Parts: sequence; structure tokens; C-alpha cells
Amino acid sequence: MSETTPFFAQAPRTPEITERFPDLHPPLNRTAAIAEANRCLYCFDAPCTGACPTHIDVPRFIKKIASGNLEGSAKTILDANILGASCSRACPVDVLCEGACVMHRYNKQPIEIAKLQRFAMDALHENGGSLPFSPGEDTGKSVALVGGGPASLACAAELRRHGIKAEIFDARPLPGGLNTYGVAEYKLPLAESLREIDLLAQLGVAFNFSVTVDDKILSDLEASHDAIFLGVGLGGIHQLGITGESLPGVQNALDYIADYKSGKVTAAPRRVAVIGAGNTAIDAANAAVRLGAADVHLIYRRGREQISAFAFEYEHAKQEGVKFLWHTTPIGILGADAVEALDLVTLEASSNGPSPPQARENFQLSIDLVILAIGQSTHTDFLKNGQIKLEGGHVLIDRVTGQTTNPKYFAGGDCTNGGREVVDAVADGKRAGIGIAAWLEGQRANT
Amino acid sequence: MPTLKTTFAGIPCINPFWLASAPPTNCGEQIMRAFDAGWGGAVWKTIGEPIMNVSSRYSSIDWNNQRMMGLNNIELISDRPIEVNLREISEVKRRYPKHVVIASLMVESNRHAWHDIVQRAEDAGADGLELNFGCPHGMSERGMGSAVGQVPEYCSQITGWVKEKARTPVVVKLTPNITDIRMAARAAKQGGSDALSAINTINSITGIDLNTLEPRPNVDGKSSHGGYCGPAVKPIALNMVQQIMSDEQVQLPLSAIGGIGSWQDAAEFILLGAGTVQVCTAVMHYGYRIVEDMSDGLLAWMRNKGFETLDDFRGLTVSKVTEWKHLNLNYKIVARIHEELCIGCELCYTACWDGAHQCIHLDRALSAPNTSRTPAMITEESLSRISVTPIAKLDTNGTSETGPQHTPLSRIPRVDEEECVGCNLCSLVCPVSDCITMEQVDNGLPPETWEERVSAGMTATPLVHTKL
Repeated sequence: MSETTPFFAQAPRTPEITERFPDLHPPLNRTAAIAEANRCLYCFDAPCTGACPTHIDVPRFIKKIASGNLEGSAKTILDANILGASCSRACPVDVLCEGACVMHRYNKQPIEIAKLQRFAMDALHENGGSLPFSPGEDTGKSVALVGGGPASLACAAELRRHGIKAEIFDARPLPGGLNTYGVAEYKLPLAESLREIDLLAQLGVAFNFSVTVDDKILSDLEASHDAIFLGVGLGGIHQLGITGESLPGVQNALDYIADYKSGKVTAAPRRVAVIGAGNTAIDAANAAVRLGAADVHLIYRRGREQISAFAFEYEHAKQEGVKFLWHTTPIGILGADAVEALDLVTLEASSNGPSPPQARENFQLSIDLVILAIGQSTHTDFLKNGQIKLEGGHVLIDRVTGQTTNPKYFAGGDCTNGGREVVDAVADGKRAGIGIAAWLEGQRANT
Repeated sequence: MPTLKTTFAGIPCINPFWLASAPPTNCGEQIMRAFDAGWGGAVWKTIGEPIMNVSSRYSSIDWNNQRMMGLNNIELISDRPIEVNLREISEVKRRYPKHVVIASLMVESNRHAWHDIVQRAEDAGADGLELNFGCPHGMSERGMGSAVGQVPEYCSQITGWVKEKARTPVVVKLTPNITDIRMAARAAKQGGSDALSAINTINSITGIDLNTLEPRPNVDGKSSHGGYCGPAVKPIALNMVQQIMSDEQVQLPLSAIGGIGSWQDAAEFILLGAGTVQVCTAVMHYGYRIVEDMSDGLLAWMRNKGFETLDDFRGLTVSKVTEWKHLNLNYKIVARIHEELCIGCELCYTACWDGAHQCIHLDRALSAPNTSRTPAMITEESLSRISVTPIAKLDTNGTSETGPQHTPLSRIPRVDEEECVGCNLCSLVCPVSDCITMEQVDNGLPPETWEERVSAGMTATPLVHTKL
């Protein structure tokens, strides 16, 4: 069941993609890392640690870089966050650790925590990539984890450290979920996500790929395991519900990102429109630019102030050359055999209120590819037998333990929080891993 | 306009900035470049029978990625023939008659050898002589350098021999590697010395290479204790200079040495009575050019303070250093944290709890003061808090404690002024200037020293906090 070939070695390698998606934030070399590490004030009860959903002891790992204890630095990071390398690249640190850094109020230069974290993790990989933890003493318990994304991976690692068997089931051919397939390649290359999973797999996690868990399989898993962790993420991207949506040349943003990351798509047509203005929309728009599109429009029905993308993502998209059409929405996709144009309507600018904006005027935009990024649906249909309470399609959990309303089921990540960051999923998974271990221990004590 | 002109032991000086006897004063070519850069004087690298050096010779202590907080050397005196050094002294003096050239001398401990070298140095045109009784490594094993400086009788005797011959001022350079530097200073005075310089370098081993397990500086796998200097030694030098300058039996001009690299350093040594200051490590680190700001900065400070000459402030601080028993026990200060400047690092908090008197607390955001929460409890509380990435669409109230905004009240520590002993530690660790100030509290008590308490028979009474 478990792979013998490292996942890293199974990563598709596509030179065009590597060339077009170089590191957005190039790594620090040793000299730069040590200089930066020495700037850290070593705050007590550091706000960066508090802001990090996984509570990495940031000043501690930074001081270890300064002292030359790189092994200890990586261990400090991984102890709190088993996907520390991915998070160092994928996290929106402006609103997390670096946003909380007291240096904003000192000289307006927050410590480059993400780059330091990446430096420590890269050093671990360069030195052979041996995980500095061992599995706990076998308890004889086993947990099935549905979905192989960050939440399940973090949960599995925590379970293994507690001596509990962890068996992951994922629909895709490779592990990591959105961490592998959904993060812009210039932030986190697909291969890097896999390399990190190889690291945690050293704890002895079992992987089952290309398995889509339905209610039937789920009940089998429930019978054969002591607990279930649901880390299924969200479902597909919403449809617009307008004409022409099934024409070739209409794609959803997550598939588009996964396709280019895995090398299935290596070039974009000339004119691309992305519908939506979240972080995923921006990732897709930037990707289209880098894949060679001459004209990339991001189309949003509200204004600049209402976008859900982080401010720094919006700034980045502008730099990449993405054009923005505010207060605009498509009412039809035109084309004979494939997409040729978008029928658009401009809307009255309105506040973020509930009333739908009013149409003003129509116009058409010639387009070769339409990418939809207007939010994901939920993926909880297979749980509808009533034992697990959902709320707005999301799995309801106890935030501290990850336990659902069915005590044998735990959950975390996007399927519980509506879609946040990798680091939030890792934190959920870690808490659930601890929660499961405690619950199983309680079960044992009660029998 | 203030002036930096001064006179040291009768020698006119265009400014008080001299290069110490060391690698920066190895040869005439260097010294002339230094004079062009603005140095007022130079003490020549010690002249004596040429020696052989080893490689390597230097080793340093770095601190938080800053280089050379302290420097150590195992280099000996000049390795150049005496006549070459003397010929170059003549040339320098011919081309720079207004600049001070002091010949540093070290020869074997016999009267004739000293008479000979004194004569030759003065014939070459040296403005004064510095007797190297301080070099702590190598030369001391041969009965010279600190081997002389550590024995007051030798120090006095050799100074006497030199004075029999010398026509120019004689400066005795003192070693700090001695229990009480005043003994050596008094001995130099007894021998007839015209002035002193202090401190020479301090015995040291800078470190050990943790790969090879060999000490530094490494000479084929071994090392030897060397002379320590640089910014790290300045406090030791200030103390020894103060001890000498306040000693009633010494009363000699002193050229201060030890970690000087800025105009502030120079001003501090002059406030403790120094006539001139000598610099080595800072020049070895950054070059002769540093003298420009030393002059410029010192003049600006003098202008701001209303001092016209160095004499106007020389020695003003000597009498303010006293024995502990003369300090006012009833002087009371407490720490005040200026909230508007606090960046929330909480270093003062952890310093006070672990390193001082547990009187800073993190309770401003609580409903009532709470002095019982320990650092461990606070850390535990933070780690148990669930944090999520703030996402505008999902978090309607939006604001989080990130980005350039005011320090949250919960992160601004509070000083319990009743318990604060006024130790300064919090203000020392605070990274922000003036954020924590130490302010005097009027406790209504008249000044009282330990000595006064003892004489009044109130010796062992523990101090109690006086509440107003």
C-alpha cells in the first residue's frame, strides 16, 4: 500500500513550467539568513508565534539559525508544523507572523520570518532530509483519514507520533491535495510539496491513492478503524449559470492551476478572462500571464474594495500585468465550437449590501479562455446520512479537538472552515490528531 | 569655536587623537597616511631588537553578527630593524613637524640597553617616549613587557634608567593584567615618569574552533594567550583610568587606551581625566578615516555643551565615581514604561521576571492587576489560543493584531512601582530609546550613605520600602 518510490521522484518535471514560474521570493543564502536572524528581538510570548495558526515558536527557530543550530531550527518548526517548508512558501505571512512582528513599530521592517523558515527547512533537506521525530510506541489503534491534503497529513503525523496507525485515502494519484495541486507554482512548486510529504511519510503513514471515498467505503472504513478523520476539503468551483458555459475554452481555476502545475498545460491562449477576485482567481490570472497570454482580464462584479484576495496578491497581479474590470459580470459566453467572446454587463457600483447591483450597459470582449474562480462548493454529500452535523455544508467540529458531532469522526481543514490557508488546515489537523489520541486514550481507559 | 588643540606632558598636540602602538603604526608610510587622514599623533609600533612573528596572529569575538566586538593578538613588537624604524621617524617628523610621534620602546632589562635606545629614539626626532611595560604575550616570557609592568619595583627601576637619559617626556604604558593598576602607576611615578598610558591589552583566549577543537588564533594547531582589546574592553579601561586619575599619589597626565573608536568614547575618557586618547582596534577594523567623525563629533558635542577646550571638561567626572559606601541609599528611582513608544516585545517583562525582581506584569488588559501570573502561565495561555488566517470575506470584523498598528494594550507591560527596586535592567533590555525611563520618586528621606549608617550604628537593618 505505501509507496516505495519517493513522491518527490514521481513529480512531473516540466521545464517550461519551471522556467516560467521561478521563485517569487528567492531564498536567503546563509549570510543573509544569519544577518536577518540576528535582527530578531527574541520577543517574549512572541506575537508572530501567536499569529501563526500552528504556533511555531518563531523566535526560537530564528535564534537557532543565528546560533548555527540549523538542525534544531528545523526541528522547532516541524514540531509545531509538519508542513513547515510548504507553509514557509505558501503562507500569506503579511497577515500572519510577519504582520504581527513588533518590528513594524520599531523601524517598519518586520523580520523576514517566511524566508528564514524556508532557509531552515531547505537546510534540513540539503542535509539528507531526515525527519527529527520517531513514531510513538504502537498503541494498536488505527485511524482512516479521508483526503490527503494538509489537514490529513498534519493529523496523520500527529497520530503517528502518538503511536496510532494512520491510513490516508485520496482521490488523486499523488498526495498533498491543494498543497500539491493548488498553490501557485512560483510560491510552492508541486515537487516541493511532495518532498515534504516524503519527510513526514518517514513516520510510517500509509497512503491509498485514486480512491474516491463514498458513503459505502466510508462505512467500511468506520468498521475497520478506531476513528475517522475527514480532511476532504471543498468541492468543485461554482458555475455561473449562463449560456455557453459548457463550450470548450471554459475551465475552472483549480483545474487550470492543477493542470499547469502538473505540466498538462504549458501555454495559454492569447486572450484570457478570469471571473472572480479571490486569491485563487489571482493565482489563475497570474498563471495565464506567465503561460504566455497577451491579455488577461480579471472580471469582478463588485469594486476593488470588495475583493476577497489579500491586498498583496492584488498588488502582485497588477505587477504581473493582469487587467481588472470592476463592477462587471458576464451574462453569456459566446462562440460556435469554442469560446470566442464574453458578453459582459457593467453594473452600478454599490456597497457590499445584499441587493444585487443594477445593470448599466452591455459590451463584448473577445476571449479565448474563460477561467471561473467564483468560489468552491462543499463536498459533504457522502456524509448526509445524518450522523455528522453540517452547517452551511461545512462539517461542524469542536475547534479544540476537531471532533464532530459523531464522536468517532473528527475533521479539519477547508471542509470545516470554509476554505482558508494551508497553515489553517495544518493547525486543524494537528489539533484533531491530538484530539483523536486523547479520545482513543479515554476510550481505552473506560473499557 | 571650540578647539581640539591640547598639550600633553608638555607636548603640543593639534588634537587628542593618537594611534596606539600597534599594527596601524608599523611604519612611516602608514603613519603619514594617518596624519593626512586627521590623526594628531602616533605611538610607533614598539621598537626593540627585531623579533619573529607567527601566523596567524589575530582572533576576535563577534556578537550577534557584529564583527570584532573584541580583538586579540599574539603579534610581538616591531619585526623591523631598529635603524629602519628610527630613519622613518626622522622622515615623518621632517614632513609632519606639528604632529606628535612617540617612540614606543622595549629592550632587555639592563640600564645600558635602555640608555642606548632612548638616545637613538630622541636623536631620530621622537617627541616623546612610551615605555612598553604592558605587552602580555611573548615578550613577557623573555622578561620584558608585562613582566616588567607587573612588578612595581622593575617598573620603577627601568623608568629611572630611562629618565637618566631622556630629554623628552617619558610615558609609561601600564598593563591591566595586575591586581591593582595603581601600584604600577605609583611605581612609574616614583621612577620619574612624566605621564602614563593605559590600558595595554588584557590576557585572553578568544575562543576554540568547535570543528577542530583547536584554540584561536591558530598557529599550526596551537595558540597562546593573547592581548584582548576593542570595544569589549572599554569598561575595564574606563575603570582603570578612573582609578589612576583619582589616585592622590599618581597625579600624572594619562593617555587613555582601551576600546576607543568614537567621539563619545574619547569624551568619556577625557571626562575621567585623560589628556589624549589612543586608538587601535577601531582603525584595524575600519581604517584611519574614522578620525574624521571622532574630531567632528567631539567638536559638535563641545559646542552644544559650551566647552571651548578639552581642559574645560577634562576630569569633570573623576570625582563622581566613588566608593559604594558613599552612595545615597535613600535615592529611589522606578521604571516608567511610555506606552506610546512600546512596541510590545515584552523583553522587559521576561528580564524582570527571570533576571531581576518580578515587578513587571502583563495585566493591563485584565479587569484588575494580577501579579500572580508567571511567564509560563502566559505562554501556556497564548499557545492554547486558536488563531486563524484572517480573511476579509470570512472575518467580518476584519481587524487582527497584525501590521503596522498600535501595540495592543495586552502586550504593553506594567511596572509595579511599589515593588520596583530601580535596578535599570528593563530599560537596558528595551530596544526602543526612551521607551522605559527611570524616574526619581520622592520618598521624603534625606540622603544617607552606608558609611553614615554604619557610623550611626544602623548597620544590618534591612531596607524597607517606604510608602508615601
